[in-house]
Amino acid sequence: MNRFEYTRAGTVQEAVQALAADPAARFIAGGTNLVDLMKYNVERPGRLVDITRLPLDEIVAHDGGLRLGALVPNATVAYDPLVNERYPLLASALLAGASPQLRNAATTGGNLLQRTRCYYFYDEATPCNKREPGSGCPAMTGVNRIHAILGASDTCIATHPSDMCVALAALEAVVQVEGPEGRRSIPFAEFHRLPGDAPQADTTLRHGEIVLSVDLPDEDFSQHYTYLKLRDRLSYAFALVSVAAALEMDGDTIRTARLALGGVAHKPWRNAEAESRLQGKKATPETFREAADVILAEARPYAHNAFKVELARRAIVRGLSQAAAGTPQSQTDKRIA
Amino acid sequence: MLSDSGSSASPGTIPVTLTVNGQERRLRVAPWTTLLDLLREELDLTGTKKGCDHGQCGACTVIVDGKRINSCLALAVQKDGARVTTIEGLSSGSLHPVQAAFLEHDAFQCGYCTPGQIMSAVALIEEGRARSRDEIREHMSGNICRCGAYANIVDAVEDVLKGKSSSRSSSVREAAE
Repeated sequence: MNRFEYTRAGTVQEAVQALAADPAARFIAGGTNLVDLMKYNVERPGRLVDITRLPLDEIVAHDGGLRLGALVPNATVAYDPLVNERYPLLASALLAGASPQLRNAATTGGNLLQRTRCYYFYDEATPCNKREPGSGCPAMTGVNRIHAILGASDTCIATHPSDMCVALAALEAVVQVEGPEGRRSIPFAEFHRLPGDAPQADTTLRHGEIVLSVDLPDEDFSQHYTYLKLRDRLSYAFALVSVAAALEMDGDTIRTARLALGGVAHKPWRNAEAESRLQGKKATPETFREAADVILAEARPYAHNAFKVELARRAIVRGLSQAAAGTPQSQTDKRIA
Repeated sequence: MLSDSGSSASPGTIPVTLTVNGQERRLRVAPWTTLLDLLREELDLTGTKKGCDHGQCGACTVIVDGKRINSCLALAVQKDGARVTTIEGLSSGSLHPVQAAFLEHDAFQCGYCTPGQIMSAVALIEEGRARSRDEIREHMSGNICRCGAYANIVDAVEDVLKGKSSSRSSSVREAAE
């Protein structure tokens, strides 16, 4: 790990100013991803600004929905009674991710900002456009089994690793941030970015901006949802493909559909056309297959990840079936219902 | 108030107070020292193991302010004021019921992952969320055992959860005497 200066911020304003004053400074909260990346020399901050003492650690009612403070640990969100009552999709996605130890330490804001687990990104002996812009992307011609099938560019085919963020994308959360130029609200779909020609930027946050909270809107997908995560082992592994499905139903007719995919792109993947085509239709496997076809028509697999296209197709159909039936995937009994 | 590593008396180090296994420790640490390295290298508490050092294996699991975490991914300086329990702090004269159950069920081979497994199991029982064997497996998934003693580990944790541990615990103690 590189040597760095350490600053403990007492207020949000102090934290923002400390970052604004130092281009090499980074915020640290739970540290579960940043400390790991520092051990690999992938991250080499000159200064860490410790934000763990800031008063951003509460879950409160807000605007008919819930406001999750940026420092609320993942485990606290996952087991919060209000989250489980109103946003069980989010609780389920959180419990599908990481381990109990990591969920105790990792924070809501930090989860948004975790970086890809692409092996080339983690290996400083290899080129990587995300780690060193312009150096190249060995994943494209190398081992790319875990990589993106949607939304990639010719500079980067990494995926976003979070489960929580896939649920937040489906729930259309809003990220509240504060920076040197004041506060702003970022709709979840605009928080993470596609790689394009700047894969080094995972998000639209600017230097010095701190996540204050993640706000969940006043909507009800608590009856018809699922988080279906498919991976190489049943626990404690990143998604090859995951599906967050949230429906509002009128009998067996879909009134509203939200569908986000994890493990397939540089950000949680949504497709507005597929979702609008689901609305007003009967909840049948044929309807779900049509939605999957729309989403995956754009899929561009590489040498080792073509299996993800069919896996995603089946996961979409199964996930929507689970959501429509009101039988969400258990995160303990991993048999797929 | 903004506190800063540059303002300390000993350049580069920062004063940290931790309560480790009930004992208050006042230390000065470099900011890049992990809690794991502090416990092992500065406090000679080598029961907590360094396995992967990347938060993937769970060998370094300790309980901080009542929650199990990977001490390899925690910067010690961030834990100023915290209460830390390590494997050394579990028993007070007699074995903790989870330790006794691990002995009873032979829940290890090489033993390297065992302190982390036991700390994780102690926290799992305190959390009170796991009941079935499937749930025990899921809630122990952050602790890898490369010898593959999982079946016996689940047996041990299940025994303690079902309250069978106290008699086992005393029988193990008697056997040791």
